[in-house]
Amino acid sequence: MSSEKRVVFRATWLPWLLIAPQAAVVAVFFFWPAGQALLQSLQQSDAFGTSVEWVGLENFQHLWNDASYWASFQTTAVFSVLVAGLGLSISLCLAYFADRVVRGTSIYRTLLIWPYAVAPAVAGVVWLFLFSPSIGVVAYGLHHIGFEWDSLLNSHHAMALIVMAAVWKQLSYNFLFFLAGFQSIPKSLIEAAAIDGAGPWRRFWTIQFPLLSPTSFFLLITNITYAFFDTFGIVDAATKGGPGKDTAIMVYKVYFDGFKAMDLGGSAAQSVVLMAIVIVLTVVQFRFVEKKVNY
Amino acid sequence: MIERNRFMDVLAHTVLILGVMVVAFPVYLTFVASTHTAQEVVQVPMPLWPGEHLLDNYKTALFGDAAKQVSDMAVAHMMWVSLVSALCIAIGKISISLLSAFAIVYFRFPFRMAFFWAVFLTLMLPVEVRIGPTYQVVSDLGMLNTYAGLSVPLIASATATFLFRQFFMTLPDELVEAARMDGAGPMRFFKDMLLPLSTTSMAALFVIQFIYGWNQYLWPLLVTTQENMYPVVVGIKSMIPSGGDAQTEWNLVMATAMLAMIPPALVVMLMQKWFVKGLVDSDK
Amino acid sequence: MTLTALNLRLLGLGLLTSLCSLQAQAEIEIQWWHSMTAVNNEWVNDLAKNFNATQKDYKIVPVYKGAYDESMTAAVAAYRAGNAPAILQVFEVGTATMMASKGVVMPVGQIMKDAGYKFDPSVYVPAVAGYYTAPNGQMLSFPFNSSTTVFYFNKDAFKAAGISTDKAPATWPEVALAAAKLKANGHKCPLTIAWQGWTQLESFSSWHNVELATQGNGMRGLNTRLVSNTPLHVRHIENLGNMAKQGLFVYKGRANSAEGSFVSGECAMITTSSGFYGNVAKNAKFGFGVSTLPYYPDVPGAPQNTVIGGASLWVLSGKKPEEYKGVAAFFNYLSNAQVQSESHKRTGYLPITLEAYKLTEASGFYKDHPGTDTAVNQMIRKTTDKSRGIRLGNYVQIRSIEDEELEQVWAGKLSAKEALDNIVQRGNVLLERFEKANSAKP
Repeated sequence: MSSEKRVVFRATWLPWLLIAPQAAVVAVFFFWPAGQALLQSLQQSDAFGTSVEWVGLENFQHLWNDASYWASFQTTAVFSVLVAGLGLSISLCLAYFADRVVRGTSIYRTLLIWPYAVAPAVAGVVWLFLFSPSIGVVAYGLHHIGFEWDSLLNSHHAMALIVMAAVWKQLSYNFLFFLAGFQSIPKSLIEAAAIDGAGPWRRFWTIQFPLLSPTSFFLLITNITYAFFDTFGIVDAATKGGPGKDTAIMVYKVYFDGFKAMDLGGSAAQSVVLMAIVIVLTVVQFRFVEKKVNY
Repeated sequence: MIERNRFMDVLAHTVLILGVMVVAFPVYLTFVASTHTAQEVVQVPMPLWPGEHLLDNYKTALFGDAAKQVSDMAVAHMMWVSLVSALCIAIGKISISLLSAFAIVYFRFPFRMAFFWAVFLTLMLPVEVRIGPTYQVVSDLGMLNTYAGLSVPLIASATATFLFRQFFMTLPDELVEAARMDGAGPMRFFKDMLLPLSTTSMAALFVIQFIYGWNQYLWPLLVTTQENMYPVVVGIKSMIPSGGDAQTEWNLVMATAMLAMIPPALVVMLMQKWFVKGLVDSDK
Repeated sequence: MTLTALNLRLLGLGLLTSLCSLQAQAEIEIQWWHSMTAVNNEWVNDLAKNFNATQKDYKIVPVYKGAYDESMTAAVAAYRAGNAPAILQVFEVGTATMMASKGVVMPVGQIMKDAGYKFDPSVYVPAVAGYYTAPNGQMLSFPFNSSTTVFYFNKDAFKAAGISTDKAPATWPEVALAAAKLKANGHKCPLTIAWQGWTQLESFSSWHNVELATQGNGMRGLNTRLVSNTPLHVRHIENLGNMAKQGLFVYKGRANSAEGSFVSGECAMITTSSGFYGNVAKNAKFGFGVSTLPYYPDVPGAPQNTVIGGASLWVLSGKKPEEYKGVAAFFNYLSNAQVQSESHKRTGYLPITLEAYKLTEASGFYKDHPGTDTAVNQMIRKTTDKSRGIRLGNYVQIRSIEDEELEQVWAGKLSAKEALDNIVQRGNVLLERFEKANSAKP
């Protein structure tokens, strides 16, 4: 890693003691079950596990031969870039302005964070109330002004729908952390720059944005992870991967196969592939992007 | 900011109000739906203004038939279960992550980075995929139908550790040097200097993790077999038909959903106070 | 003996007696995992409560375990950990999965016989029970909430377009004609469909007495393969595709999302589940009619019977024998004609015994609620080998494939033949894998 603390504490057994709780929880409740789950990628079994057959890389072979699986790579890439990009930029913008206003910051803050409290199960239903071509309020409004909103048969509309839903859900989360980041920048720095004659645009790029970079980096990683792994529920509630397969992002297929279709071997194989991709992405980000982060 | 720039102020408020409208509109709709009758809600388009049935719906949701639909426990009890498990998850995660991040940033020991990456990996395999084997572990440890079973497996996550690590990296080295010169050991440094400085991050994380724990659906569903250990989100889901045949009392579903949003909203509002306090102190 | 000593002895005796009477009532608890929500959740709880009240030996404990796929996952996890429930509600498309898992399931017929209940297959409605029966006649699971595919239409919209509402459109040509008249009258959505795989391919096939897949739709063997691209199927999907192009048929989404558009009055005709009746009756602000699924009159053998949807109750292995006796007692209670009739009237799900149907008819229920007997009428016929039911492995994925390919037809991206060929080809890959995974067993 490029950035390290230069000054550390000398101790022999203390650090081990400190990491022991998390290490224990992670080992018992993540690595052990995860290992077993991933082992299933090399097996073919019936749902209840009464007959388990070792098939080596056969599940992976099936994926390789499935044209629709390759198509989902592109769908996922488009989706993730849009979700992370829009999610970060919009919330950055909102946080900037919320930090800027003198009065009303806490009201705006509450109102913008509160939607995060909506349970995903409810959020999915509410989005349906908004955008479903048959009963949606917004859909109705769009039809009224002549825009033929049809997320059921138009792939672009469908992708727009799931991107909007995914970004919406993350806005509060991103906003919260960005705002905390803005508000921890010492006012003295900003004042000094203003005295030197720098306008708000200049101040943002030369002072605030760089000082925000640890937070931005954190949010970049968490948003990409979110887009790749936590958006199954949204796709399931909004489009179920349709029309055709045009919004079937990779994680949706993982859940659908493992969960609804009980094809545990195939689902595990896909999880392995997905994990590998995100690990590579994360390593790349740590290697190259973290260099630009100012600590 | 510094200048009294009229244009920027107007722009700021405009953007924020727009933002609030977009972000809060779905929540507003939920509220509106909770004040009508079921028939009114399913008409297209649903009315955009609140209806007359606010009190009726909320009374039914809290005490009456709707609650009985889920189990014979009232919504109030489910909220209690949600509260306890959400608190356990939030507090548990923050505690162990603070300790781990402290160790990673301020010490050198073998496998240090390996540990960090190992914790990071927990983000790469979502709960649903490994839920079968996780259930087995919990069952083997005898933790089914307990608050521990509801919370502990969900503490194994990297977000908090990662965030604290980022934060600690921004702190100047002079702090450590100053502590050493004063003769303070690492734990003294941790307690007297790091913790007070981290309150903002802790507050933000507490909000996020509390809501995360509060909104858990799938894991509680699996790990409890007694309906009196169900959190409130499971209760809501059971009122929304997924088989497609039953008709939903949408107005009651939305009323319960609004009720379920109150504790997290309270947490957000209370954390605001802590936020501001932490921020004022950190204006170095 | 002093007074105190006597009092103490009496107290001790009293305590002992009350203790004994407490312990004598040890009930055997039987867990029942289900996926019923809203009003049906109430129904499940009432059934359990009423059964528990009739006897003291067993206590059925219903537990809502999420939607069908969630409860299935929960059951699988629990089974592997050794604490599965005795009764599990599984949706119809999971039938093949349950059956293929050797040793996991205790056939219902077996349990009833072991507990000494007379089990007569002929009292059950053929098309309902047949779905869950093995080729040798043994009932594997207990039909619980079954519905079938029917046709609803908006009488007010019909009247406005000048279409007679005395008789519902019974054939597809009649439906197309009605749709054209509605469109000419300015109606934006004459026809829509819900559960497209179920209504337009599966039920369509059995209604016309043709196979959806070989081996009697998989009833007779694991080497079944899809044949849903016959000229008849192509003709039907092509018709629907053309109607979509002309705006006579508007696609409103997968599963049952189209139902909302019928209730709101937006769409005038819909093919969907008979379970939708309650919703329409309560929420529609217009006069409506229920009728049988449309068919093509020139196809020999049509109309035969439609195929059911819904779920059944499976009994999982690994429990104590006393629990199975309790399960048998409960199923016996559920088969009672009075209980069946009440459930049928309350929920709209099909009655599973003929006696229950007759009882309901005698009570005048069908007269008071016109159209509620449509579903039953479609099922009370002798089934043929091609129409008894469907048992295909990996069926959840196959249904998803059906949705995907049909959507391409409605969007105008694929021809009907191409889409159906795709369904067959992709579906057969999955069927092959299922066969392979479940034949290589001792």
